[in-house]
Amino acid sequence: MRAEGILRLLAGLVVLAVLGLAAFLLLARRAEIAPDASAATREFAPELVARGADLAAVGNCVACHTEPGEPAFAGGFDLPTPFGDIFSTNITPDPETGIGNWSLDAFRRAMRQGVDREGNHLYPAFPYDQYTRISDADIEALYAYLMTRPAIRREDTPNELIFPLGFRPVLAGWKFLFFDEGERPVQSDKSEDWNRGAYLAEGLGHCSGCHTPRNAFGALAESRHFDGGEAEGWQAVALNAANPAPIPWTEDSLYQYLHQGWNETHGIAAGPMAEVTANLRFLPDADVRAMAVYLMDQMGTREPRVTDRADLAADRGAELYAGICAQCHEDSKPLSFGGVALSQSTPVSAPHPQNLVNLVMFGLPPADGEAAPIMPPFADALDDADMVTLLTYLRARFSAAPAWQGLDRIVRDTRSGEYPVTTLPPNGIERGPANVNAAGG
Amino acid sequence: MATTLKVNGAETRVDAAPETPLLYALRDDLGLNGPKYGCGLGQCGACTVLVDGRAVLSCVTPISVIGSRAVETVEGLGTAEAPGPVQRAFIELQAMQCGYCIPGMMMRTEALLRDNPDPQDHEIRAAFQTNLCRCGTHMRIMKAIRRAAELYRDANPVQEG
Repeated sequence: MRAEGILRLLAGLVVLAVLGLAAFLLLARRAEIAPDASAATREFAPELVARGADLAAVGNCVACHTEPGEPAFAGGFDLPTPFGDIFSTNITPDPETGIGNWSLDAFRRAMRQGVDREGNHLYPAFPYDQYTRISDADIEALYAYLMTRPAIRREDTPNELIFPLGFRPVLAGWKFLFFDEGERPVQSDKSEDWNRGAYLAEGLGHCSGCHTPRNAFGALAESRHFDGGEAEGWQAVALNAANPAPIPWTEDSLYQYLHQGWNETHGIAAGPMAEVTANLRFLPDADVRAMAVYLMDQMGTREPRVTDRADLAADRGAELYAGICAQCHEDSKPLSFGGVALSQSTPVSAPHPQNLVNLVMFGLPPADGEAAPIMPPFADALDDADMVTLLTYLRARFSAAPAWQGLDRIVRDTRSGEYPVTTLPPNGIERGPANVNAAGG
Repeated sequence: MATTLKVNGAETRVDAAPETPLLYALRDDLGLNGPKYGCGLGQCGACTVLVDGRAVLSCVTPISVIGSRAVETVEGLGTAEAPGPVQRAFIELQAMQCGYCIPGMMMRTEALLRDNPDPQDHEIRAAFQTNLCRCGTHMRIMKAIRRAAELYRDANPVQEG
């Protein structure tokens, strides 16, 4: 499996190299847009900045463009990809190290076409394949918001990519193959909410960035739209008919989850999604509702699949469940004070055990300086054998889905760091250092 | 049902159901009242002890998962007459008000320093996310942890070569 993947990757790289060379001759780089010395000191209408703050929350810009603990939007965050490490850039209005001399035209071109002010192609870790759908008016609001953040002087960290991907002209070939520029037409047979939700979820919200699988070139496999993907060591569940939630989502439960980060029939947002929901709570209710409408149309409806085989043999797994999980997860306290019944837990019923492994090992870390649900970590309490026994029991008892394969290896690699998992507190954009009250709240 | 536990260097038998929280066994069966019952849900850190040198929340850890691993409580760090480096730092800086969270804080400090003898402030804050102090003596606790790191390094000098 792994060897096949490497071969596929190598074949892909060769093709990419050839294409890149061809493209280099044609469109190696785009024209520079002249620096705009006045950009960073321009004044913007407060309403425009406030709307930009809402939009930046949808885009979750702060998550990738901030190194945790460092100033917001100053970049330097390491994004591990199968092609090497990409470090996010400084998008504060510092003229020398950030985007302080970018005109609105330059910013729009970056969002729409993935090209920086100087004309270099940008790596699609910056999701311009989805941002290309954003309207001119929203791009202007985002620009107003970013250009009024504190300017932070911080040189960008060079990327560490495998050969020949450090050579940006190859991206022209990638774009030729996989990039579809421009806004998407309104679907007149769908409701206004649906279209608004599609605009937010498929554009700035870039849900697909994690929830759609990628092909060997790192491009979204659109034939498998919302089939589930992976981000920072976490599984992004399918958002189509394959969604594994035991109790199907409804428009109301999804709205509540996106808005407040948890829902009592599904549980609490974890991993990178915790940061997404921490930001979405700043969005106007109508927009969150619209996203729920659109996503519900993608998932469709089906019967619940809630399983609890309480009559399973009283073995070691049952003993561990009683001693470790039950006191919160069989508690009568409502979410988010008690834990979700595991028969309703998506990670327990998901096709891949990674999220459950992550949750049991690392728990849910508390947010900085605010009330938030937490779960204690069990990595140091449970050895690998007990961890595997417990997870096997949870799956057998609380899910209708078949047993997981290879749990031993997944547990071992997660613990050792061989499979890196990011665990960050669920801090929203408002909590970003030097960014308190950015949204005018 | 009897379970054998190795606590503060001594093997001891505990007659309790396997899912009994380690905290209950330590306090009720072994008379080690250092680890405290705070929330009982692994959310406050007052019950923190070491299992094989790693900080573990003993109120949500059943005795059956301990096996042959070594358990250490605050009683194992030193005595009133001869306090260990972490205890000395907390006494020196008077880091406690009511004191209820402090045994957990000291065990978390011990685990941190064994792993990282020279922690930066952000590393201390990250490690102590799971330990709460309702009196609000966090700044003194931070000072005590920094002081403990100094005393700990003096007591455990890095071997050259």
